[in-house]
Parts: sequence; structure tokens; C-alpha cells
Amino acid sequence: MSTSTQEIEKLIGQDYKQGFVTDLDADTFPPGLNEDVIAAISAKKKEPEFLLEWRLKAYRHWLTLKSPEWAFVKFPPIDYQAMSYYSAPKDKGDGPKSIEEVDPKLLETYKKLGIPLAEQERLAGVAVDAIFDSVSVATTFKEKLAEAGVIFCPISEAVQTHPELVQQYLGSVVPVSDNYFAALNSAVFTDGSFVFIPKGVRCPMELSTYFRINAANTGQFERTLIIAEESSHVSYLEGCTAPMRDENQLHAAVVELVALDNAEIKYSTVQNWYPGDENGVGGIYNFVTKRGDCRGQNSKISWTQVETGSAITWKYPSCVLTGDNSVGEFYSVALTNNHQQADTGTKMIHIGKNTRSTIISKGISAGKAQNIYRGLVKVLKGAENARNYTQCDSLLIGDKCGAHTFPYMEIRQPTAQVEHEASTSKISEDQLFYCMQRGISAEDAVCMIVNGFCKEVFKELPMEFAVEAQALLGISLEGSVG
Amino acid sequence: MLSIENLHVSVGDKQILKGISLNIGHGEVHAIMGPNGSGKSTLAHVLAGRDGYTVNSGTVRYNGVDLLDLAPEERAREGVFLAFQYPVEIPGVSNIVLLKAALNSIRKHKGLDELDAMDFISLVKSKTKLVDMDEKFLYRAVNEGFSGGEKKRNEILQMAVLEPRLAILDETDSGLDIDAIKIVSDGVNALRSEDRSIVLVTHYQRLLDYIKPDFVHVLAGGRIVKSGDASLALELEDRGYGWVQQHAGA
Repeated sequence: MSTSTQEIEKLIGQDYKQGFVTDLDADTFPPGLNEDVIAAISAKKKEPEFLLEWRLKAYRHWLTLKSPEWAFVKFPPIDYQAMSYYSAPKDKGDGPKSIEEVDPKLLETYKKLGIPLAEQERLAGVAVDAIFDSVSVATTFKEKLAEAGVIFCPISEAVQTHPELVQQYLGSVVPVSDNYFAALNSAVFTDGSFVFIPKGVRCPMELSTYFRINAANTGQFERTLIIAEESSHVSYLEGCTAPMRDENQLHAAVVELVALDNAEIKYSTVQNWYPGDENGVGGIYNFVTKRGDCRGQNSKISWTQVETGSAITWKYPSCVLTGDNSVGEFYSVALTNNHQQADTGTKMIHIGKNTRSTIISKGISAGKAQNIYRGLVKVLKGAENARNYTQCDSLLIGDKCGAHTFPYMEIRQPTAQVEHEASTSKISEDQLFYCMQRGISAEDAVCMIVNGFCKEVFKELPMEFAVEAQALLGISLEGSVG
Repeated sequence: MLSIENLHVSVGDKQILKGISLNIGHGEVHAIMGPNGSGKSTLAHVLAGRDGYTVNSGTVRYNGVDLLDLAPEERAREGVFLAFQYPVEIPGVSNIVLLKAALNSIRKHKGLDELDAMDFISLVKSKTKLVDMDEKFLYRAVNEGFSGGEKKRNEILQMAVLEPRLAILDETDSGLDIDAIKIVSDGVNALRSEDRSIVLVTHYQRLLDYIKPDFVHVLAGGRIVKSGDASLALELEDRGYGWVQQHAGA
């Protein structure tokens, strides 16, 4: 029987709906990276001395490092002198403004992306920090959150208003020397979100940051820091998009989470950076270091990610389970199509006693894409009764794509229990025909099967995001015809 | 309602159907019997529009339209239903999700509104009784981990919900024990109606003890070699397929 692979491939053509460019005057640094550029970024942000020192230390360390080559991804060497490290829409004075003062073009941009920033329009119950290229352009609900004692603001603002918190926690989870891209980010980061939930507070609403790359030929280096004090709770979401361009653009972010005793942080991502066209031209290089430290006893950090965009994704949201009885979770859907490459997974480092971790990874590969799960479960000597459960499932659509799983385990504690399950499956012609024979179009059938495959992860997402994620998978799998 | 004229079908270089002609009227039940490899399942699949078959000549008219001209999902929406011999498993997709997507695509095609969640659930629940199926099955992944009998009952449940005008049951009795055959047959009998034609593709006569056909056709070597009423099936049971094949050769 002939295969309908070609038909399946037709079905999964990409249609990137966020690929427009906003035309506005920007204050952009000329390309190039050196200590003067870093000092200029720091000066733009009116940063205290300690932060400039910290940046320069990171930069000097970065100069000694080489770009990592162990990931299962291919790309030409990046010319770090050819891109700009700062771009901000003009007219933006010092610090964030109230919504009324934000450039209407920017508000329009976010509205087009489905993120209406004007408070009266915004989604009830979700506070948004909007980051446009190198700066935060607006943060909603700040006052209301402040009443609960929650600090939610651009990190550049936190540096001014709460320097002691920034100094205490910045780099405490991901040190400047951690890896190549983290060191680069530490040197040149321009903005990102800062969240502080004080002791005993349950954050009254979902917090979210929406990242938008707009300017050409710039890198986006954002830095996010979330601190949950004792017995606090927060759910945080992030979304990302960028215009369609023929050149690759670098996005190298660092996210640090700190959970103290009995605190819980839930971090969800829907990543939809421009993936490049069907021939693999353009797209974002998404090289991100995300790590959470369950520093306190009984703390919990949960990562949920839906990764559908980017030309290359290199990202391992991890949990360091320092506190006794702490819990780490990683739920991931990574979809790669056309020439996209994803090398993604997690690290669960068990340090405290009775620490538990769960890893559920769903990789979907279509077109000529490569999808890699890479995960480390490490149980240190003191981590008595540590437990891990890992499940990695791969789904292939068509016969030119690939899925690979690289699970690493380092167990130094005899009472540890570590389980790993993996599966690879393919959407078969039989499954498609079965659905079509029931009246369902092939396109809807693929979408239904992929959504079913991802169900376990989607149920971890906050409601509004689950709906968005399903729709996004639908779009990523949508036929280029019709 | 269905008129097959001189249908020739091949797979690759191999001729499978060598001139099938068959007329099926509204509300009739036709059994197509025959030895292994005679082309029974090919006929069922070609009618449903499966890929991989080449129609070399012949026509199939279905309620006045050229059936072979329609895509598989269009045939389904026009009321052609195939109960599969080997229903496929679809992990992660629950039965109820598939049924809802199927029913709504058919309703949309007919210009009807989609059923809301409550109406849909009560409709499906009422149909589960027809095939003596526990409602819990609705929330399990399509056919995943189902026994042979459960898979076939699930096919009949889908038929009951989608209410086709032409139902083709491909070896629905294969692999079933007597109790399961009885449940499946009761379900099919309950769905017999004036405006629903049924084609039973089967190797054995025993299914026809439970579902009484109006006509029986014997397929051998890609041709219909004998047609008759229900008694033909009994005669076959007695004398074996060798008898008709000789008969055809003679």
C-alpha cells in the first residue's frame, strides 16, 4: 500500500501568524560587544556599581568559554560582534510608565498578539509584564499586586527599587560561570521580570510576561528572577513571539527561581518564536538557561513548557532539590516541524532527603525536524529516599524527521528509586484513515491525535494557556493550503 | 442506493477485483461471503476510499453521485460507514472525543448545528446500551487495550451514533466468541431500518444466524460467482467454498 507521507507533510505546513514587524523609532546600540557596550547598557539602566561589576565579571569569564558543542543541533558559528545588544522603542523615558503613556503602536502590537495591555481590556485575573526587545514597556496590575505585598516589575526597575533583593538572589541559582550562554546573558541582559512573593502570601492572580522581539539584528537577553518566600505560592506564565526574518536572531535568556520552605512556584511557558521558513531560513536561536532552586523544605517547583517555535531550541529547565521533601516537576511538549531543531529536557538534582521529581516529556517531530530529549537525574549521596519518575514519549509525523532520547542518570544513594519509561510512535496511515472514515478531515485528525498525545502536559497548564497551547499546536500543524 | 458496475481493482500489479457488479437497494441487507483472498475486504476498502487501490475500470454510484470521486471523509459525511475488521488504536484520543469530532463533522456537512456537550453526552449514553457497553469505555483511548469483542462493539457504537445510510461491516464476527457475536448482532439488528442499507462481509455463515440477510453473494477470484437469498449461505456451510468455485469454473 502506498504511504500518504506526502499528504501528511502537506498538512503540517507552517503558518506563522505573529510574523509582522512593528515600525517605530528605536534607540538601538550599534553592533558589537565589549566592556564599553556593557558599561553603556548598565548606564542606560542606571544600575548600581555592584551590578556593573557583576556584568563585567561575567563578560570576562565568557571570553574564556567556548560555545557548547555537545547538543544535537547544527548551526553556523554566531558572530557576536555583528549583533546589537540593546534596542528600545524611543520616547520611552526612564523606567516603565503607566499604560496611558505607552506608545499606541506598542499597545496595538500587543493587541494584535492577543495581549491587550490596557487594563480595562486585559484578561481578568492575569497580570502582564510586556517586554519589547530590550525593555519592559508595561506592567499591568502592579498596584493591586502591591496591596498583597507582591512585587511584580521589570528587573531593571527592581534593581532601582529593591537592590538588596536583586543582589542577594541574582546569580544564586544560575551563577555567571554556569555555561556559555548564561555567562553571556549575565554580561548583557537588558530586561526581564522580577517577582517577589512575601512569606505566607498566595499570589492573588496569575503573573505573566510576554516577550516580543521586534528589532532586526539584535539579540534578546532577558533575565527573570522569581523569589517565593516561606509558604508562598505563585503561578507564572510566559509567552514569546518574533517577526519573520531571513536572518537568525539570538535569544539567550536566564530564568532563576528560588522557593523557600513550603513555597510553590509554577512556571509555564508557551514558546512560539519565529521558527524559520519551510526551507530552514531564518528563525530564532532560543538558547536558554532556566533553573529553579527548591531551597526550602517541602518546597515545590513545577516547569511546564510548550515549545512550538524557534529554529533551534537549547533549553533544560531544571530543579535543584536542595530542601528535604522538596518536589520538582517538568512537563514538556516540544513540537518541531520543517527544519526546526530542538534539544530540550531537564535536570533534576536531588540533594535533600525524600526529594521527589517527575519528568513527562512529549516530543513531536514533523517535516525534516530533529527532536531531542536530553535529561539528567542526579541523586547525591545525602538524598536518602529520593524518587524520580521519567516518561519520554516521541511522536513522529512523516518519515524524514527524527526523535532521539538521551537520558542520563547519576545515582549515588542506594535508597533512591529512579524509573524511566520511553516510547516512540508514529501517526500511522491506518489511524488517519480510521478518522477520515468517520468523517474527520486528515488535518483535524492529525491535530486530534497530537493533542491526545500531549494531554498529560496540557492538563498542567493554567486554563487559558491550555486553550492557547492547543490552538497553537493546531496552527503549527495547519495545512499551508486552505 | 448503491450500484456497482463492472468494478476492476488492482493493488500494484495484482488484479484483485475482476468485474464486480452489485445493486443494493434502500434498507436491504446483503452478505458478501467468500474464501480468504477472494477480494471481500478489498471491496469494502475501495467503497470506503482507502489509499493504495487502483480502480482500473467500472463505476460506483451512491445515491446518484459518483462515489469513487469523493474523498474518504466526504464519503463518510455522505453516510458511508465502514466497521473495520481491525479497528486501529489511537492512544491519547478518547472515544468520546473521536465520536464528537466525527458526529459534528457529519452534522456540519448536513448543514446542522453542532450538538452541545449535554445533548451529545446523552445521545451517546443512550447508544451505549445498544451494544451493552459500559459508559467508562467512552473515556478510554480509542480501542487502546480493548479486547477483540470490545473493539467490534465499539465499531457498532460508532455506527449507532453516526447513523450511516450505508454500513459496511468487514468481518465483524472474526475473532468473536458466541456471546460477543450475539451482542454485536443485536446491535446491528437494532440499527436495521428502511433508510439504512447494510453490507456484511464475512467468511463464515454463523454471523448470518444472527443477522438475517436479504441477499447473499459469493465472491471468489475477484468475481461474484453466485447470488441468492439467505439459504445460499446455509448451502455454502454444507458444501464449502470449493463447491461454488468449481461451479464458477464450470
